[in-house]
Amino acid sequence: MAFFTVRDIQIKGLAAAVPSNTEDNNELDLLAEKERELFIRTVGIRYRKVAPKGLTASDLCLAATEKLLAELQWNRADIQALVFVTQTPDYIIPNTSSTMQHKLGLSKNCLVFDVNLGCSGFVYGLSIISSMLQNIPNGKALLLVGDVSTSTISKRDRSTTPLFSDAGSATALEHTPDGKMSFNLQTDGAEFDDIIVPEGGFRNRATAESFVLKEIENGVHRSGLDMKLDGAKIFNFALREIAPSIKHLFTEAKVAKEEIDYFVFHQANLLMLESLRKKLSIAPEKLPYSLYDFGNTSSASIPLTMLARIPEALRAGKLKLLLSGFGVGLSWGSVYLETNSVICLPIMEI
Amino acid sequence: MDVEEFTEKFAACFSQTESAAIKPETEFRSLEEWGSMMTLIVIAMVDSDYGKILTAEDLKSAGTVAELFDLISKK
Repeated sequence: MAFFTVRDIQIKGLAAAVPSNTEDNNELDLLAEKERELFIRTVGIRYRKVAPKGLTASDLCLAATEKLLAELQWNRADIQALVFVTQTPDYIIPNTSSTMQHKLGLSKNCLVFDVNLGCSGFVYGLSIISSMLQNIPNGKALLLVGDVSTSTISKRDRSTTPLFSDAGSATALEHTPDGKMSFNLQTDGAEFDDIIVPEGGFRNRATAESFVLKEIENGVHRSGLDMKLDGAKIFNFALREIAPSIKHLFTEAKVAKEEIDYFVFHQANLLMLESLRKKLSIAPEKLPYSLYDFGNTSSASIPLTMLARIPEALRAGKLKLLLSGFGVGLSWGSVYLETNSVICLPIMEI
Repeated sequence: MDVEEFTEKFAACFSQTESAAIKPETEFRSLEEWGSMMTLIVIAMVDSDYGKILTAEDLKSAGTVAELFDLISKK
């Protein structure tokens, strides 16, 4: 297990943006009426935010960043690192983070790069940017995390359409003497195809055939360019790996579970998260959910849940948090961190 | 654990099917309510109540509730 601690860095502010366009699983034709009720009750997702064509993950993240920077009143020249975590970049080439550096008016002395991760992306991104910032004295940093996952799925696939939603987030980080984040990051590439867009990359280049919608099973039509998700395998993966990984983090970080104020998990599936909550004996009030209103927003789901459900607690003072993201890769990571009076902006709709 | 107890727990996973309609010899995949959601619900039940990981392949290979119970017992 890759366990490590980053010191002297803390989250200063959080912001997020979602598309204003909302779809309701209770009106989704792909599911029969009885199935809709079962789905909403079991998976926990009622509403999904769906980006119109042309609205990208970087647009959502940039809107959130501009609001956050206005609130923080940072000198943009002090921002020396920007990491953009996404699986839905603006272009195949170049990296989207370079266009973001320009649009935000950041200095040429700012390092930027993209990271291709989904469900675990916020925790991995936090580990990367905090580790780098630790070695940039007096610098400040931005972690931008988001996806328009709805653009990667077939609208005629009942195994993915009711799940995914779009969002972008911005997290501001700075030096502070009492900052501490302890990470445990893991990977299992043997199951890389449990969540996959199989064609359109450089292993399987897009051809005319890639665009053809095929019936995989009843209610599941997708092309080679659409995301395929093996729900049962992902469910088993989460049940098998996440609780032991978090327990190991507690041991290594010398933190007792009871000290944690909130556990914020990637918003994958209510049934899955409730199983994890019971495995870890977490009190229900310590595990906030944003699934019902925002669905599975991939890498943005952790900051979005923090802003949607616990902004007052984050603003009010010191908190001890356990954040955990898990999914595509397969990749999973957890972080124990302490926050102090985080600036939390209301979730924007654009 | 015994097959009767397992059948009760298995039946309790269903919300639209009468519990009395589910017996050890029931071919569960032919139940109208059975589907991908029920797969996840049963996987979660087996994990929480028996501490065993049940795969989608396990659920496909077992024909009846009793066969599923046998499969879990051997894990």
